[in-house]
Amino acid sequence: MEGAVTTAAIANGAADGAAVVPARETQVFTAPEIMCGGCLKTIESTLADTPGVFNARANLSARRVTVTFDPAVTSPEIVIAAIKSAGFSAAPLIEGRDEVHAARVSELMPRVGVAGFAAANIMLLSVSVWSGHASDMDDSMKTLFHWISALIALPAIAYAGQPFFKSAYAALSARRLNMDVPISLGITLATAMSFAQTMRGTDHVYFDAAAMLVFFLLIGRLLDESMRARTRSAAENLMSLKALTATILDKDGSVRQIPSRNLEPGMTMIIAAGERIAADGIVVDGTSEIDESLITGETLPKVVSRGTRVHAGTLNAASPLRVETTATEDNTLLAELSRLMLAGEQTRGRYVRLADRAARLYAPAVHLLGLSTLIGWLVTGHGWEVALTNAIAVLIITCPCALALAVPAVQVAAISRLFGQGVLVKAADGLERLSEVDTIVFDKTGTLSLGEPSLALDQPIDADVLARAAGLAVMSRHPYAQAMVRAARARGIAFEPQLGVAEIPGSGLSLVTPEGEERLGSALFTGVTVTDPRQAASLWYARPGRAAIGFRFEDRLRSDAPETIAALQAAGYQIEILSGDRPDAVADAATALGVAIFKGGVRPDEKLARLAALKQQGRVALMVGDGLNDAPALAAGHASMSPSAAADISQNAADAVFQGEKLGAVVETLKVARRAHRMALENFGIAILYNIAFVPMAVMGYVTPLLAAIAMSTSSILVTGNALRLRSMKLKLDRVAGKQE
Amino acid sequence: MTSLAWLIPAALFLGLLGLAAFLWALKNGQFEDLEGAGWRAIDDAPPGPQGKSKPEPD
Repeated sequence: MEGAVTTAAIANGAADGAAVVPARETQVFTAPEIMCGGCLKTIESTLADTPGVFNARANLSARRVTVTFDPAVTSPEIVIAAIKSAGFSAAPLIEGRDEVHAARVSELMPRVGVAGFAAANIMLLSVSVWSGHASDMDDSMKTLFHWISALIALPAIAYAGQPFFKSAYAALSARRLNMDVPISLGITLATAMSFAQTMRGTDHVYFDAAAMLVFFLLIGRLLDESMRARTRSAAENLMSLKALTATILDKDGSVRQIPSRNLEPGMTMIIAAGERIAADGIVVDGTSEIDESLITGETLPKVVSRGTRVHAGTLNAASPLRVETTATEDNTLLAELSRLMLAGEQTRGRYVRLADRAARLYAPAVHLLGLSTLIGWLVTGHGWEVALTNAIAVLIITCPCALALAVPAVQVAAISRLFGQGVLVKAADGLERLSEVDTIVFDKTGTLSLGEPSLALDQPIDADVLARAAGLAVMSRHPYAQAMVRAARARGIAFEPQLGVAEIPGSGLSLVTPEGEERLGSALFTGVTVTDPRQAASLWYARPGRAAIGFRFEDRLRSDAPETIAALQAAGYQIEILSGDRPDAVADAATALGVAIFKGGVRPDEKLARLAALKQQGRVALMVGDGLNDAPALAAGHASMSPSAAADISQNAADAVFQGEKLGAVVETLKVARRAHRMALENFGIAILYNIAFVPMAVMGYVTPLLAAIAMSTSSILVTGNALRLRSMKLKLDRVAGKQE
Repeated sequence: MTSLAWLIPAALFLGLLGLAAFLWALKNGQFEDLEGAGWRAIDDAPPGPQGKSKPEPD
């Protein structure tokens, strides 16, 4: 394929007589607002008209656009601007931190096709042979059919079975046992024995069972992997959109936009009011207020001026700043956090998944059973051949087809159910760990609360005053001003944007009217003396000849936080709040939610220490948090979740990310995780029942290839069918058992 | 019974043809965007200018 491009490019060059072949660069952009077929067309035709773009292909399923362009003519920033002009937000895709995967979708798909082809054709031949037993098929015809089956099965299994063989080999070389060990052994032995029997011209030929086994297991693995890929891609889209760009002031006075990862130390960034700071640095010009809630959990803005150190991810609230970037390694905060995260990951340790735990019991049992069958038949005076045939039949029957599907089928159903509800379960074993939790530790700012100021509801404010103040506030990007506008809109108050509003950085807004000057801003600016410390987070509105009116802002709790906490407590979970915010603010929130265990002003390492203490008490903790300061705790918790507005490091560390304003997603995730755990156990039960029914027959030597084929497919279908029920099941949160020993 | 001599090869050949078609479609990116493909089919406008919206080999 690449050859074709090169040839075309050379042919073009030759025709033009020019030696220069335009450089090509391909980049993927995420555009989450692609919702319909029309959007594809709009984006593609807009980009086709953009100079320097060779080719653009939008993808509706992934909500992404792949663009090939000439880097000499255009740049990713211009492409993004073009997509934006078509009415869609876009950002260059940032690939997430990838785990090591045993097999990928693109690798599994062709194998599934080959296994399916083999299974279907061998089954056709096998059915003819089986019905031949009842009619007049002679032995030479049977042998011919067996040979054709062998011809299909051997290469197909050698190719399609590789994911299992590789995984089993990896496990064995690490001196462990996983489910793929008995699977690989079963498949290999079944194929080898069938081949030997074919050469001898006897009846015990299991090619169909082996091919079907590979086919079913590959489908299970493919579904599991593609669900995971979908979740991962959605998580990457979220992260990419949140990635910051910086406005850079060059030495020659020109201004340009660059992505934050291209920032270098010593650059000067211009940060407008309302923008997030893209990199750590030192303020070189300007005075402003910085909202550090994403870093420390502190909700009150901090005043910064020339010489103050500012951190990436914080929000410039008040007025424009110039910041000189510093090297990230210098940054004690980030370095400290990554050191803590590493420590946190180590305390969590290696988690052994349910299927692998089952395999540790199952695999030795099965292999012993096969061995004792062999010895049993030998001791009772039958020849090697009969003994070996029966021993291998036992291994084929016990080859854990249903067992290997039991957990993945449930996981796929559970993860896709949660995906539909906006919860992205990213970690492969995340769901299993979530189901074991009995204690939940919440961060406050941004997790229990919205992480942005909103007008406190407990103050009587006249609708006219709010309308008038919102008319001024709509001209500013300060978080308080925007909160004021949101409050007016939420109350359904119509307001008119005022013209001629002047913004005085760090102070407020002023509007000159015929009656005099109206001011909306800080207490100092409006000439108010504040006595109540709770009034610190407030705006004042002063009109000529009237007393100034105060608007108090608070970081409001998520609308469903009280119900969520109550539901979790009712189900027996121990709830704790650990926040980096001021102790009194944390106490207020805890009282409002009815949470008895809380602590404010907690540093990241103290959060880690608390999680370690909980572990010591034998509790299994789920950490829910969003800030950078939560990242180590998210890595250390037995399981972890974060809202999609969280800092990117935290989102990376979390097992699951939930979207939207509702905290209820936590309850929903726990419900599904616990139910999935139960269903996985149910499925193990089905698989074991199947073994109890068929293994004795295999040991006695009564299993025929027909029986093996029927037994295997029924158990697999039963297990998968049971798992699919999870997709539409009504769930309630079961009570957690008390303290676990 | 002699009919089997050509029926079996014929059946296998047809099966292989199907498998080859599937593998080709897979390699050619036909399953990359299942949702989008449905919408593109009902799009009235001809494919993009100078075939620009044709899939690019990667």
